[in-house]
Amino acid sequence: MPIERFVLKGAEDGALTQIDDYRAVGGFESLAKARAMEPAKIVDELLASNIRGRGGAGFPMGKKASFLAKGTGKPTYLVVNADESEPGTFKDREIMFLVPHRLIEGCLIAAHGIESKNVFIYIRGEYLHEFEILRAALDQVREADLLDGVTIVLHRGAGAYICGEETALLESLEGKRGQPRSKPPFPAVQGLYASPSLINNVETVATVPLIIEMGGAKYAKEGVENSAGTRLFSLSGNVVNGGNYELPLGTPLRELIYDIGGGIPDGRALKAVIPGGSSVPVLTADQVDTALDFDSMAAAKTMLGSGAVIVIDDRCCMVQLGLRVAQFYMHESCGKCTPCREGTRWMVQILEKIEDGRAEYEELDLLLDVCDRILGKCLCPLGDAAAMPVASYVDRFRDDFRRHIDEGGCPFPDSPLDHVLAPVDQHAHDVHVLA
Amino acid sequence: MNTVENPSDFRRQVANIASQYPDSRSAVLPALRLAQEQYGHLTREAFEEVAFALDLTPAYCTGVASFYDMFHLDPVGTQLVEVCTNVSCALVGAQQVLEAFESELGIRAGETSEDGRFTLRTVECAGGCGWGTVVAVNHRYREPVRVEDVPAIVEELRSAD
Repeated sequence: MPIERFVLKGAEDGALTQIDDYRAVGGFESLAKARAMEPAKIVDELLASNIRGRGGAGFPMGKKASFLAKGTGKPTYLVVNADESEPGTFKDREIMFLVPHRLIEGCLIAAHGIESKNVFIYIRGEYLHEFEILRAALDQVREADLLDGVTIVLHRGAGAYICGEETALLESLEGKRGQPRSKPPFPAVQGLYASPSLINNVETVATVPLIIEMGGAKYAKEGVENSAGTRLFSLSGNVVNGGNYELPLGTPLRELIYDIGGGIPDGRALKAVIPGGSSVPVLTADQVDTALDFDSMAAAKTMLGSGAVIVIDDRCCMVQLGLRVAQFYMHESCGKCTPCREGTRWMVQILEKIEDGRAEYEELDLLLDVCDRILGKCLCPLGDAAAMPVASYVDRFRDDFRRHIDEGGCPFPDSPLDHVLAPVDQHAHDVHVLA
Repeated sequence: MNTVENPSDFRRQVANIASQYPDSRSAVLPALRLAQEQYGHLTREAFEEVAFALDLTPAYCTGVASFYDMFHLDPVGTQLVEVCTNVSCALVGAQQVLEAFESELGIRAGETSEDGRFTLRTVECAGGCGWGTVVAVNHRYREPVRVEDVPAIVEELRSAD
């Protein structure tokens, strides 16, 4: 089946890490075209393209750019969010190691559009290889005299999921603990160093050269209504061919899992699918025909999120899944808001009790009550990211939970998530006391 | 490694990094990383050095460092072996890969070997989900790692140095 490549165009046979190779597939032609355009025209093209952010929230990029405060007397900053860490997601990493110059070209076009001379790329600290590739690509772009007075700083994170949240990212970039800010003011008004800032995900920015090349209106016709263009879907879990696949928005989930992904290994059956990273509500096996776009996922009461599709086969215990997901968010909670800091811990404790067969029925209600007391009550989405999926597991796989209580233990002896050691349970996990 | 090899050189490097930013405080993370590379882990002296270089207090730098998983406030082995046990890797057998490392290295997850060469720990999603299980050795990814790959990896790490 033909896979349309937009963001990864040209990298079909391998990485384009040399500037000449990138130029050979039309690289930097969009930049030249963009620089001949008025900045406001670039933003118009982004608006016309209807491109929605590829990081998870799905906010239209053109709209975000048009919100930037003007005439403040302060510089305007472009910040690229390369802190990819939503469990299941590994697409931005592939963009950075396959087409690093396309991301840089997108930065330079977007910077021109918002009249910014300062770009910061915040890349998660663990992505050392991708950092080195991007740094080499940036050196080539500098030597080729393409920066035109714009500085691009590669800033490495140091291991914190929360820094993918835009205001936490800004705090971290300013040299602080990565704790989210309260909004308003929004970054478009007071972002980095209290100046107007546009923050966009790697995939979104790497799509900008294409939008300039084909024109926003034409780009908007790709994909489906309210979900323009393609996305890089990260496919993982119990599937034969895990990997990143660039597909038009609106592609049925079934096609990704079975036709492209090769289905479930060892002839096992599908049990559940997480369609947009671990923070979104789960889909059951009979929802596998849902289309991969914003509206279809919303209709199925879940979200497209970061486009990370995690396939779960019939061995898996959904209580264990809930526990592992809750442990992650407990570990990554920044501690600023009480509902998230305390609530994620409560979730873990109740889920452990259910898994061990020590819980009563009323504790299922307690778990849902804790989720409800987190939802919408924190400064940033991390609390919701823990509560939404776990509540959906209880809601859509209630039998799994009931059986633990009725049978006094876990009825899934072959579940791969059985007693998996999470960092939060690792006693010597080394960052808590000063030696 | 109890001191930076050359304090004035360290301060010069930090000043260079800081010059990229409108506010030098933005250089805290890169400076801490540089200090950690030189001291092995972030000792009291390392914090004092970073604080001095950026005109901050050691307490401030400690407060920042303790937020981030990649900064080590306690000694770690020269070979840091990290196994992702988040959902996607766990679904394809990360726990068994972790246990294979425990058995080959003779240490439990979260521990450092007595000779100070190896630290083994689990980490949250490393971002290689479709190629799980992801194992990082000193932040160089190996993927996918299966149980049967572990003895050869450990053998390779033991013969390195």
